[in-house]
Amino acid sequence: MQYLVSVIDDKTNSATPEEMDAINAFNDRVKAEGHWVFAGGLAAPSTATVIDNRSGDPVFTDGPFVETKEYLAGFWVFEAPDLDVALRLAAEGSKHCNRRVEVRPFL
Amino acid sequence: MRSAITQAHQEEWARVVAALCKRFGDLDIAEEAAAEAFATAVERWPADGVPPNPGGWLTTTANRKAIDRIRREHNRVDKQKEAQMLYDDEQPEPPDAIDDERLRLIFTCCHPALALETRVALTLRMVGGLTVPEIARAFLVQETTMGQRITRAKGKIKAARIPYRVPSKQDLPGRVSGVLAVLFLVFNEGYLATGPDTDPVRHDLTAEAIRLTRLIRALLPDDGEVAGLLALMLLTEARRTARVSASGELVALGEQDRGAWDAALVAEGHRLVRERLAAGVAPGRYQILAAINAVHTSARDVRDTDWSQIVALYDQLVRIDPSPIVALNRAVAVAELDGPEVALATVDRLDDKLAGYHAYHATRADLLRRLGRGQESRSAYDRAIALAGNTAETAYLTRRRDQLG
Repeated sequence: MQYLVSVIDDKTNSATPEEMDAINAFNDRVKAEGHWVFAGGLAAPSTATVIDNRSGDPVFTDGPFVETKEYLAGFWVFEAPDLDVALRLAAEGSKHCNRRVEVRPFL
Repeated sequence: MRSAITQAHQEEWARVVAALCKRFGDLDIAEEAAAEAFATAVERWPADGVPPNPGGWLTTTANRKAIDRIRREHNRVDKQKEAQMLYDDEQPEPPDAIDDERLRLIFTCCHPALALETRVALTLRMVGGLTVPEIARAFLVQETTMGQRITRAKGKIKAARIPYRVPSKQDLPGRVSGVLAVLFLVFNEGYLATGPDTDPVRHDLTAEAIRLTRLIRALLPDDGEVAGLLALMLLTEARRTARVSASGELVALGEQDRGAWDAALVAEGHRLVRERLAAGVAPGRYQILAAINAVHTSARDVRDTDWSQIVALYDQLVRIDPSPIVALNRAVAVAELDGPEVALATVDRLDDKLAGYHAYHATRADLLRRLGRGQESRSAYDRAIALAGNTAETAYLTRRRDQLG
């Protein structure tokens, strides 16, 4: 079972060096414990492009598909047997990156 | 016959749902199959007689219903799994395992990833066996809204894989307190029901909360807070009939006919409190609240109340729960010990935190009345009446205000 853990922020690439150290150490532990799938930080929503090619004639729109004050600034994908384990990992992630996070299961 | 079915429902509903949940790993299937099995009992038992082992009959019937449903949705289940299900159709579960299953069920329904109001609804449905319309009525929401809330919760449990198990040892204390919070909320809603269109005391809810807390106590007999909450509920429930007058008005503790209290419930509550005192472990919130209620219910006359003991217990409670509501309740006891002036000074300091809470204004109104400050008392009663949601309480406050002269 995989879970997406979204990091919620109103800024991008804003982690302090101390936060980055804590995140890296946490990531190493997640890998050692076998929960690691993928993680990454994202550039600001202002760099996004929305593409609609449903008609076969792609239309590009500058900006994110929905404008919000807070947005997805980064994410983890964890492998976990159930939500309790995912919540524990997410809680640690929130602590180490010093941001709120959201947990959502993959289908 | 009706009583046999009602009794089976009370005793067996949670067991049947829990057993099905374990076997099929799906709350929705478990709930639907259990409901169908009880519906079948209502049809068949009057004609066929009550089976010798009603619980076994219900579980077997529910199992068949669940398998029928899964067969109907055959493409969603692989054949091997179905064969496995058929294989242990008649296998009896040892009683301990079933109790363990019920405990799992309660912890799943009270999972912290669900909103508190959802936990309450789900617990009443899955563990308590209340119907969706009953739960909707209890919490004054539309039936469709309540149905959606429960459906959404079941969907989340399945999709996010909220585990069906008793939490690990390290998580257990926190999770037990989450379960107790749900049961206390159910009890309180029954004890002081909100809304102008509902009975002031909902005995169905208080009884259900007590029944479920007894269940948790049977499953976790060494947990002090479980015992404390049960004692607190029993000592509160014992005063139920004395608490509302014939004219539907709330009767304050000091004015209640103590002879009308339920002596058996008081005795049981006192026994639990003594048991916790003998355990010699630092008590939690529910145990302290139970002890406070034990002191109240030990006084044959309100004038015999040991107020210094009650204030001492509130001091203990303030140390673990420094919330303004605890401070307010402590002040009520302080008024009896040190007089209304001392109490009012404390209460007035809570204004910024409790200005929207009816009991804050009701307490102030009473203290001001006792200090002979009629005008201020009247306006405090007005605020309390405007904020109170319980019909019996509104009636009581209105009379007290109108007696100010």
